[in-house]
Amino acid sequence: MVVKPLTGNYAAAYAAKLSRVKVVAAYPITPQTTIVEKLAQFIEDGEMDAKMIRVESEHSALAAAYGAASGGVRAFTATSSQGLLYMHEMVWWVAGSRIPLVMAIVTRTLGPPWNIWTDHSDIMDQRDSGWLIMMAEHNQEVLDETIKMFKITEDPRVFLPGIVGLDAFILSHTTEPVDIPDQELVDTFLPPRRQPYVFKPGDSLLMGNVPRNLKENMRMREDIHNSLEAAKKVIEEVDEEWGKLTGRRYGGLIECYRCEDASHFIVGMGAWVGDMREAVDSLRTNGIKVGLIKVRYVRPFPREDILKWVVNAKSVIVFDRSVSAGSAGPLFLDVAAHLMAAGIRVPVKNILAGITGLDVTYEDIADAVLKSVAEVEETGKFSRFIEWYYGR
Amino acid sequence: MPVTLRDLPKEKLLLPGNASCPGCPEALGLKYLGMALGKKIILVVPAGCTSIIQGLMPGGAFIYPTLNVPFASSDAVAAGVSAAKEILGEDAVVVAWGGDGGTADIGFATLSGAAERNDNIIHICVDNEAYMNTGIQRSSLTPYGAWTTTTWRGKRENKKELPLIMLMHKVPYVATASVGYPLDFIAKLRKAASIKGFKFIHLHAPCPVGWRFDPSKTVEVAKLAVETGMWILFEAENGKVTISPPSRPYADKSKRKPIEEYIKLQGRFRTLTKDDIKILEKAVDDAWNTILKLVSK
Repeated sequence: MVVKPLTGNYAAAYAAKLSRVKVVAAYPITPQTTIVEKLAQFIEDGEMDAKMIRVESEHSALAAAYGAASGGVRAFTATSSQGLLYMHEMVWWVAGSRIPLVMAIVTRTLGPPWNIWTDHSDIMDQRDSGWLIMMAEHNQEVLDETIKMFKITEDPRVFLPGIVGLDAFILSHTTEPVDIPDQELVDTFLPPRRQPYVFKPGDSLLMGNVPRNLKENMRMREDIHNSLEAAKKVIEEVDEEWGKLTGRRYGGLIECYRCEDASHFIVGMGAWVGDMREAVDSLRTNGIKVGLIKVRYVRPFPREDILKWVVNAKSVIVFDRSVSAGSAGPLFLDVAAHLMAAGIRVPVKNILAGITGLDVTYEDIADAVLKSVAEVEETGKFSRFIEWYYGR
Repeated sequence: MPVTLRDLPKEKLLLPGNASCPGCPEALGLKYLGMALGKKIILVVPAGCTSIIQGLMPGGAFIYPTLNVPFASSDAVAAGVSAAKEILGEDAVVVAWGGDGGTADIGFATLSGAAERNDNIIHICVDNEAYMNTGIQRSSLTPYGAWTTTTWRGKRENKKELPLIMLMHKVPYVATASVGYPLDFIAKLRKAASIKGFKFIHLHAPCPVGWRFDPSKTVEVAKLAVETGMWILFEAENGKVTISPPSRPYADKSKRKPIEEYIKLQGRFRTLTKDDIKILEKAVDDAWNTILKLVSK
């Protein structure tokens, strides 16, 4: 084990190398570029035994990775923003084919106008596709979760592709000390590749031709949903196993911070969870009992884990870094729907902040939460469920 | 070495009772593909008629393993499969089988990318000269003057010279073929399979439904395309161009049949005027002049 200063992007590249990925296919886009560059360097220097397919587009990047994975080897790709939307057709196809592979998404807002800064519009746009989707808070989590994602996605109870998300620049280009596990440790942890089927010459296998029976076709969709539900247990098992090997447990689908005695909860995901921790500490010193629920996996959605914490809460404030225009933030929509479906009557509010990369500090978060909590303490409810927060 | 009937396996890798239309040229092509390459094939199929011809899930008429993929992705998926098979040490011939849309239009950037990278695959463009699967809409490979459901008075633009565009990618192997000349096609497939790198075969595939001719005449129409010089059979190994035997006589303009013999069989050309026919005749002459300049002396 060795601790190295690594950017989030290099952490993703090291994880792909340690996972013994055999085919990398990627097309450069800011801010994902240094993942591709690092992997190209690993391969050319002979440090990584893999083939790099230097494709002409993101659509082809995921197509080539999918072809390689369908052919029986571990494959990896990475993208951001417009590139992710360009490959969106393939995103659905890979999940529908039940082919495990892993993609890093360096989250970046969408144009127009051209803008390279982070928000979660791109990654949240994939949430209905059938992929496992997680967001990392720091670079260590990027590395750990990328390796773990191979194990989770290749588990026969799951057999779906997985996304590891990391925020543009805040993680992708920021250097932090990262504990890089030994190859032997990763080899012990990751079994040889498993997948539902492999395309081989001479083996009659048809994937994706027109269905005779639409009930069967609909059942395939339900199977994807059920496998994502089943993935919850796998994610927890793998988290525990990785924790035993490395000492780093994250808590499965969510991670809680100062939740035990909290009356008000804030919910968020991604790099700004680090700022939320500081906001919680600062609010706590002012006597406000706030807890933080960090959503690690947005798909499968940690319904049970979140409900368990907030069942007796006085309020829930969900921070979204993207919006489903005309409705509300996607994280909020999930939380609110599951609260309602479970019959939990707790005031819930959506704060939309940091969209298009607008900087958000821990003071901003504390400020927004303080005002919201004050309102709910005084009136017992939120006068509006949605707030566009632009800073103090 | 020329292929003869005796060289061909009896086992069929395309089963009868598949979902192709009567007289379907793609079904012929798929049959010849199996005869040429046997059980080494892994087929990658973008959206198109072949998505339908293979039949309904959970059944299927294809014996060769087949991966159906989105329209613009076939060559990239095939490149990935090919990379995996090479890494695993399996002897496979990965074939992307796309129509004129999946090859020359929506699939073109993917095709060009795989060609430039020299990915170890064969791309076959099965060219029925329009988007037949969606109901006969024009493509960049529809010829001048042809009726389609998006060119009711006949297409006003020329057919794109796709084989020459692929030749200019400097890939190890480019060939044209026709469902009317199966032995020539099979020989080209076998040669392509023996070469490492990117191989492109453009298969002319007259479609009775879309071209409006009797389904019993698919092969006749295909042959007339060659005999009138409207479709030129050639191959290029490492850029070295040779005219293939069935087309050789027609390098001499006087040996070519009048293009009216080809045109009159097809309802899609029924609105052609005398001037339109002159334009098509000139296109034939131009195509021959170009290819003969490229032929290695």
